[in-house]
Amino acid sequence: MTAQVLDVKGLNCPLPILRAKKALKDVPVGETLQVLATDPGAVKDFEAFCRTTGNELVESSVQDKVYKFLIKRTG
Amino acid sequence: MAPDPNSNAKRMSLIVTKGSLDWAYPPFILATTAAAMGLEVSMFFTFYGLTLLKKKLNLHVSTLGNPAMEMPMFGMHIGMPNLVSAIPGVDAAATTMMKNLIKKKGVASIEELRSMALESDVKMIACQMTMDLFEYKREDLIEGPELGGAATYIETATKSDINLFI
Repeated sequence: MTAQVLDVKGLNCPLPILRAKKALKDVPVGETLQVLATDPGAVKDFEAFCRTTGNELVESSVQDKVYKFLIKRTG
Repeated sequence: MAPDPNSNAKRMSLIVTKGSLDWAYPPFILATTAAAMGLEVSMFFTFYGLTLLKKKLNLHVSTLGNPAMEMPMFGMHIGMPNLVSAIPGVDAAATTMMKNLIKKKGVASIEELRSMALESDVKMIACQMTMDLFEYKREDLIEGPELGGAATYIETATKSDINLFI
């Protein structure tokens, strides 16, 4: 159940992470944020971001050059 | 906004010494990303880095001193010899090219990264000595940064997990 979608397609590092961090502030704990990006570097970046912040990377996939990340806010 | 001595967050400290458009990116990208990942970040702006704190930014690049600079042009990467910097208009052209690439590729502007840094509570310190040296007034700089000297930086650095000189 996705609470919010953040579209950062066309934006380059570090904007996907920075915008996601901002958007996560408005996501209730336990809910998820879906991020759509075109920056290939975002794949490893979101893994690192989630590991460091403790948020859960529920899903990381790509379709037609659009990367989709599902991040669950844990705290 | 002093870092909380009791917090378990990692700390990063940056010294920013350069003020050209290309050199402005590493400190602001690292600072904003680290802040987004929960680190407490401090940036000490000195010498030409101080120009990055001016209210109105007017950043350039030069081919001079950048022997590895290549621009994507005509489907290839064209190297820019240092010497062409002496030709009038070349550095302005390189700056325009860089700014256009930044816009086209969805890269954040330095103004945007700087605002995001301030919003994320990145601590910014302007080197007092540099301000005196180049006769900058406090009003020339944006609101937010504090003034400090080398000892201020050293104390911050002793408490930081990551220390970078840019």
